[in-house]
Amino acid sequence: MRRRNKDNINGLIFASPWLIGFIVFTVVPIILSLYYSFTNFNIFQKPSFVGLNNYIQLFQDDNFYKSMLNTGYITIIGVPLNIIFGLLMAMLLNSKVKGQSIFRTIYFIPSIVPIVACSILWMWIYNAKNGLINVILDKLNLYQPGWLVDPKFTKVSLLIIGIWACGMTMVVFLAALQDVPKSLYEAAKIDGANRIHKFFYITLPVISPVIFFQVIIGIIAALQYFTQAYVMLSTDSYTLASGGPENSMLFYAISIFYNAFQYLEMGKASAMAWILFIVSTIITLCVFKSSKKWVFYGGGD
Amino acid sequence: MRNVKAKSIKTTDNLHKIIVYFFLIVFSIFFLIPILWMISTSLKSPEEIYRIKFAFLPTKLHWKNYVDAITSIPYFKYISNTLIVTVFCVIGQLFAAPLVAYSIAKIRWFGSKIVFMLIIGTMFLPFQVTMIPVYMIYHKMGFVGTFLPLILPSFFGYPLYIFLLRQFIVGIPDSLIEAAKIDGASEYKVYWKVILPLIKPALATVTIFTFLTSWSDFLGPLIYLNNENMYTLSLGLRQYLTAHSIAWGPLMAATTMFIVPTIIIYFFAQKQFIEGIATTGGK
Repeated sequence: MRRRNKDNINGLIFASPWLIGFIVFTVVPIILSLYYSFTNFNIFQKPSFVGLNNYIQLFQDDNFYKSMLNTGYITIIGVPLNIIFGLLMAMLLNSKVKGQSIFRTIYFIPSIVPIVACSILWMWIYNAKNGLINVILDKLNLYQPGWLVDPKFTKVSLLIIGIWACGMTMVVFLAALQDVPKSLYEAAKIDGANRIHKFFYITLPVISPVIFFQVIIGIIAALQYFTQAYVMLSTDSYTLASGGPENSMLFYAISIFYNAFQYLEMGKASAMAWILFIVSTIITLCVFKSSKKWVFYGGGD
Repeated sequence: MRNVKAKSIKTTDNLHKIIVYFFLIVFSIFFLIPILWMISTSLKSPEEIYRIKFAFLPTKLHWKNYVDAITSIPYFKYISNTLIVTVFCVIGQLFAAPLVAYSIAKIRWFGSKIVFMLIIGTMFLPFQVTMIPVYMIYHKMGFVGTFLPLILPSFFGYPLYIFLLRQFIVGIPDSLIEAAKIDGASEYKVYWKVILPLIKPALATVTIFTFLTSWSDFLGPLIYLNNENMYTLSLGLRQYLTAHSIAWGPLMAATTMFIVPTIIIYFFAQKQFIEGIATTGGK
């Protein structure tokens, strides 16, 4: 009995840094955010209650839908794209080739480039006139898109950067591939399975828990898509709080930021944050629910 | 007959190898070219950058871009600001994350399971959800415009790192802890003398992760730092972009100097880094 008490007290003390942080920086803010979302306020005035006004305004605002659509685009297309490329690259690196560690380093380096640096670097590559891609396309007499100027191409540009920097996903898949028991492949070989069979009947099921985890992490990250687009919107060709050509780079998180810190409409921004909270919770729960159908947990660990 | 089959397997194997190498190299080019292009641009004169005739390498090394980058932005000031924030974040994380990880991994207390689930839950919480109220809290405390809002959260432990350290601590045999306790060691002594020394590799991983995330952080400094003297590199570089978006030479020089420290760290800590991602990302 005494031992039990001691354990309880010690456990609480050891966990207290996170518990305090959780209450002060997560629980209280989520509740405050809900309250703010029903008020009108900038930083300097006290919040005044306006009921559902912020939500009603949002649902009548074209930019709100635009930012949702843009974020949906980057989530629905970007997340699978990153997972497919991450897995593809991991499989390439997992095959027995010479210079494996050099390739691995080359593949990984883009992911440690700070996002701001990465964004600026790609802005130069995408430069409509003197950028690397268009210069090459020009040489080849091919059509040269205005990558960051033409609303049809802006999000494609961002997706390409996403693939360029998907080394983290690749490493996770590489570790998962190396954990697939060799005996399974050998058994399949005896049964006459080819590479494609092996991939679909052994590799994919065995690594499905990792894919599941990557899907969740990827969706949460995509819903917060911010820095790359925000930096690209910071050139002198755009005015303050711009969404880029035809608002094609106005993402949800950017919209929250503009509302909160440029227009100082903290109430409206809080309403957006709460909608994000609900949407992200629903999506995460749906993915968890669906995972029972497609994620296979082996007996081992 | 058997020989023929063995031969055909061999040729398909070779074909497979060729395809693998082909794609390995194509991807390598895709990953390397942007970085090489950045370095090459950083060494080109303005005339050469805007010249229609295209050359990948500069004809003459134009080091002035680097001088321009350092003199037109307070580069060393930004570096030292970034370092201050980063070092304190690492200290905070090394203090808090292993403590909490130990409590949910090895101490049998009433809240351990709930706390573990809450930690996993907060890993999925978008930053924007709490951003505004947290800003208001710091604003009321008078911390906006200082480094504190960037540093303080580390001292409460970041969920991902707590999770990573927990995975390591769970693997330590209970018998080791029991033995120490039988010898009269308190929980604190066990933590300090047994656990911490055993999880050094994991602590190194947390150090590197924390270093790279605070080094590269943008949204935090963007929200909380309003005085140019306190800008971190991310913020300073973006500011420079806003002011001189035509000066690609110096801009690429500044960007190169921003990337170099992370690449150096990566080379020294490659193993810890890769293993860390592998452990947090799947199991």
